[in-house]
Amino acid sequence: MKNQDQEIAQKMSGAQLLLKSLQKHDVELVFGYPGGAVLPLYDALYDAEIPNILTRHEQGAVHAAEGYAKATGKPGVVIVTSGPGATNVVTGIADAMGDSVPLIVITGQVATPGIGKDAFQEADILGITLPITKHNYQVRDVEELEKTIDEAFHIATTGRKGPVVIDLPKDISIIEGTYTQRTKPVNLISYQPTTNPSQLQITRLMEQLKKAKKPIVLAGAGITAANAAKELQEFVERYKLPTVTTLLGLGTLPADCPYFLGMGGMHGSYASNMALAECDLLINIGSRFDDRLATCPSQFATGAVIAHIDIDPAEIGKIIPTDIPIVGDAKNALEKLLAFEPFEVDSQAWQELCIERKQKYPFKYDRENKDEIKPQRVIEKIGEITKGQSFVSTDVGQHQMWVAQYYPFNFPNQLITSGGLGTMGFGIPAGIGAQFAYRDRPVIVFVGDGGFQMTNQEFAILNENGLNVKFVLINNGSLGMVRQWQERFHNERRSSSVFDGQPDFIKLAEAYGIDAVRIMNPATVDSELEAAFAKEGPMLIEVIVSNSEHVTPMVPAGVPNDQMIGVE
Amino acid sequence: MRRIITAIVYNKSGVLSRITSVLNRRQVNIESISVGVVEAEISRMTIVINVNTLSEAEQVTKQLNKQIEVVKVSDITDDPHIERELALIQVNAPMSVRSEIQAVIAPFRADIVDVAQKTIIVQVAGTHDKINAFIDVLRPYGIKQLARTGITGIKRG
Repeated sequence: MKNQDQEIAQKMSGAQLLLKSLQKHDVELVFGYPGGAVLPLYDALYDAEIPNILTRHEQGAVHAAEGYAKATGKPGVVIVTSGPGATNVVTGIADAMGDSVPLIVITGQVATPGIGKDAFQEADILGITLPITKHNYQVRDVEELEKTIDEAFHIATTGRKGPVVIDLPKDISIIEGTYTQRTKPVNLISYQPTTNPSQLQITRLMEQLKKAKKPIVLAGAGITAANAAKELQEFVERYKLPTVTTLLGLGTLPADCPYFLGMGGMHGSYASNMALAECDLLINIGSRFDDRLATCPSQFATGAVIAHIDIDPAEIGKIIPTDIPIVGDAKNALEKLLAFEPFEVDSQAWQELCIERKQKYPFKYDRENKDEIKPQRVIEKIGEITKGQSFVSTDVGQHQMWVAQYYPFNFPNQLITSGGLGTMGFGIPAGIGAQFAYRDRPVIVFVGDGGFQMTNQEFAILNENGLNVKFVLINNGSLGMVRQWQERFHNERRSSSVFDGQPDFIKLAEAYGIDAVRIMNPATVDSELEAAFAKEGPMLIEVIVSNSEHVTPMVPAGVPNDQMIGVE
Repeated sequence: MRRIITAIVYNKSGVLSRITSVLNRRQVNIESISVGVVEAEISRMTIVINVNTLSEAEQVTKQLNKQIEVVKVSDITDDPHIERELALIQVNAPMSVRSEIQAVIAPFRADIVDVAQKTIIVQVAGTHDKINAFIDVLRPYGIKQLARTGITGIKRG
């Protein structure tokens, strides 16, 4: 092997070496924005086979990379310059950390002699990103660069996935180093994620399932990350297990699966939240009991034996005390569960109760109201038009929850949303990133008028790259979710949540050369949506909706799951 | 509740701040951290923390274990272990009390490691409590300077 490596060994600049390494890791494209400290790298990109997607803001680049990564499961790659370029991606890095998204962020850095001397455009990005990365590196020797990139990809894409930052000083990208096309697998003694769950614990879980009368499954993003949706469905169907998903778990079971009770938690379904409250066995696969799901940890599933399957041992017992801890990859765990001799679970009454609640208490809105366009109807209709088969990116807020409630998700990776960090401005660039991953598949972005104004500058790259994304702007003239909380919990004091004077969004889209339509008529909303979706190419579809609508039902923060408000 | 956690880590720049950042972020109060290189490229840290519950301590060890540059973390509080701290204490010691001080420190197996005209420096090693007791004994003579290493610990046999 060594001889082979030596034969391949070539001398090249750090910048070229980095790009070669990205190619070795099958990177198709990078999202980035040039600047002083990465000039040598962008110079090398000029000749490289990897295209750089020039966004209009670094935040756009990092969310686009997240969108790409969420849609494909492959790591997204970002290149930005030092200082302000690097600090502009901090939000996206924290977002990727929150949702365990594999991301490689290459930040330029001032040349090594200037580091620590407050040089022009210098920021201590290692220090800044230390708490929001899975790991970070500063390359101080060009001969370490190739190994560092191999390690970064290994860390970002294995175990619990996450963002890795590589800080590259300018002089390191200029100096010549040796590229060896290393083929040796990365082996970090201190980083050995447990992917294969203990058979003993799996057996304990199955013994509990045999005894259970009211079992449920809670399916989270870990299912998607492990590519285990098929196994999940088989497990759920074999034992007829009512299943609740998290926001990021949507799509792991198809919308029409009879055992799927909907999303649980704060804006989840009544059936899901009651199932969480009343179950006697909770099998959590790949969810971290986020506080939007386990709204009151001290009174969460109090009568249940809790089994928690997670690839990150630190998640087990972090929020909810666990009876059966299972550290491992969701796919391996489900395969082991499926390997058991099938048995009957005596839970028919429970299944019927769960399914009856699902039918009796669906998500509801005032369908009779003909005076205003209901945002829920807009999403429902788009679900019908696209037959639940489109990639869906959302921004954050009311529309995000309505999408979770009303769009019929059917495959994992389908919903691209900021779950953990709740990042406004995420939707537009993330949807664009997803379209780069799948050029021939439909992508819809749902965005509010608040988040739209945070990252709409990325419209510039649509025509440049011949992308076909439909943007559905749910315009309620306000920060809907903030306003909702103020109306419910702050005596209707709408402090800074209602916009007084919005831009003309249609003209804004047209300025970027994007086709745009404004829908205002409740009587023709369905047909106008159909007409808009029938058109080719990127499009902004602005829908003017009521500015008094609330997302219901709701479990208020800190209150147990079964105490929902707004259930009729 | 006081817990003693040991961590085997790579001896690389920035590792200490990764460790303290994990603790900081979780609002864990650090009583002491001591670090030393034990083999080529490997350091051992002893971290003494104060937490309210055992599960908090468990969460700390799990989170530390997640750090890529941390090889192994153990909470050794409940295992038989040895813990030691070293203190250097400069104390007022005019000739008139010098022999008295010598007699007082002898039961602690402390050593005089520096002698000047008016002061001496005493070195003592032992558990955290022993050092506290020792300082209390010397305080009446007038402590001029005091340096403590923090706890370092290791599991028995």
